[in-house]
Amino acid sequence: MLRINCPHCGTRDEAEFRFGGESHVIRPGPDVSDSEWAEYLFNRDNPMGIHLERWCHSFGCSLWFNVARDTVTHDILATYKMGEEKPEL
Amino acid sequence: MKGYSFWSLAKNAITGHQSWPQVWRTPDIKSSYDVVIIGAGGHGLATAYYLAKAHGITNVAVIERGYLGGGNSGRNTQVTRSNYFWPQSAAFFDRSLQLYEQLSKELNFNTMLSQRGVMNLACSHHELEGMRRWANAIQINGVDSEILSPADIKRIVPLINLDTRYPIHGGFIQWRGGISRHDAVVWGYARAADALGVDIIQQCEVTGFEIANGRVAGVRTSDGTVAAGKVCIAVAGHTSVLAYKAGFRVPISSQALQAMVSEPIKPCLDAMVMSPTIHAYVSQSDRGEIVFGGGTDVYNSYAQRGGLPLLEETVAALLEMFPAFSRLRLMRQWAGIVDITPDTTPIMGKTPVDNLFITGGWGTGGYKAIPAGGETMAYTIANDKPHSLIAEFDLERFESGALIDEGAASGVSH
Repeated sequence: MLRINCPHCGTRDEAEFRFGGESHVIRPGPDVSDSEWAEYLFNRDNPMGIHLERWCHSFGCSLWFNVARDTVTHDILATYKMGEEKPEL
Repeated sequence: MKGYSFWSLAKNAITGHQSWPQVWRTPDIKSSYDVVIIGAGGHGLATAYYLAKAHGITNVAVIERGYLGGGNSGRNTQVTRSNYFWPQSAAFFDRSLQLYEQLSKELNFNTMLSQRGVMNLACSHHELEGMRRWANAIQINGVDSEILSPADIKRIVPLINLDTRYPIHGGFIQWRGGISRHDAVVWGYARAADALGVDIIQQCEVTGFEIANGRVAGVRTSDGTVAAGKVCIAVAGHTSVLAYKAGFRVPISSQALQAMVSEPIKPCLDAMVMSPTIHAYVSQSDRGEIVFGGGTDVYNSYAQRGGLPLLEETVAALLEMFPAFSRLRLMRQWAGIVDITPDTTPIMGKTPVDNLFITGGWGTGGYKAIPAGGETMAYTIANDKPHSLIAEFDLERFESGALIDEGAASGVSH
């Protein structure tokens, strides 16, 4: 069971949250090539180590926020609000 | 290779089973190979076997970081089936099932295939309508499937509870589906490949690639650099990690998929049963254990251990379907790291790097694909062009948009 520190509500069990995949993905303009569009649509970071990802506190404030988590140890290194800069880790 | 037979068993029984030969060698790694395959799981070993057997390429190494068959090949729930919706998937997975049907003879190794039927349950009228469409598509693909009424289901698996919270309205079964012994499949391919001259190198980690002018020339390993004419990545959940090292990205997310077994009991569950709604699948192994699993843990993970919320959900789902199993003790629980693609179809074939091939994106369903995966990858590597069965499973489909979306069609564990 992960214990996730929602930046709005505080630390709660994983069961209250929903996972939303990689964070900080930026949609390219409409004039990009097929390969750049495919990169945006399908290719996601899948690191063995620190992963910056989105979670939603579904059974709490219902707000999305960002989590920096290690995919090997599952340690959560930081949580921060949407729109904030990536943390230095 | 000394074949296993009644006579070899009798002969070795007389000598007290003291003179069985080693099943495969433990060779030192050479400095150069025609083909290096990374990963000694089912797919890597089957690819090596068919390279040697069907294409005469025997100067092959299969390099494994851990031990042979210690990844997803030894962690899956042993299900073999070909009940797929799309023609491309059905053709490939049914070829695999056909190879499984002959595999014990082919490898001279009992893979214990038991074609006891793979059943999918529908828990609403609408789900049953969807399953009728699915079962019809399977038949049009030339694969067997049969719609079942609740009474049929009760007859095949009498322990089932039909009055679940979302009552079971019916389902369908592929009778040719079933389970086999996953370790035997891996060991059988390893032994047969080794006998044809393939070097299986265990406890050796690939740390990088030698790439010059867009062409792979070898791999860097914990035992030194090995030159290779061609290289194939067959590492399941770690596909992204090796792709990064070769300089490209793949549309894969790695997640933990849990499975668990109960203590062994007398035979009580014949067919393999799956429910997409209640979200569990279950079979009874030949050792008597109830083997079951459910969904994947939702977040990316390389930890090879599952989380508790999903464990609880899966056990609850099993007990909803089979209340009698609440009396059983859970004996073991584990997880494998599965490599999931956006359309749940594997990624097989060439990569942006010349002479570097990939077989990955197997997600939660790689075990059933081992024989055909090996056969088609061997063809692809030997001829430097994709085998016709996997031509549409290439990495370029994400750019062209020609996805083969089995996610909706192929049930709980696709």
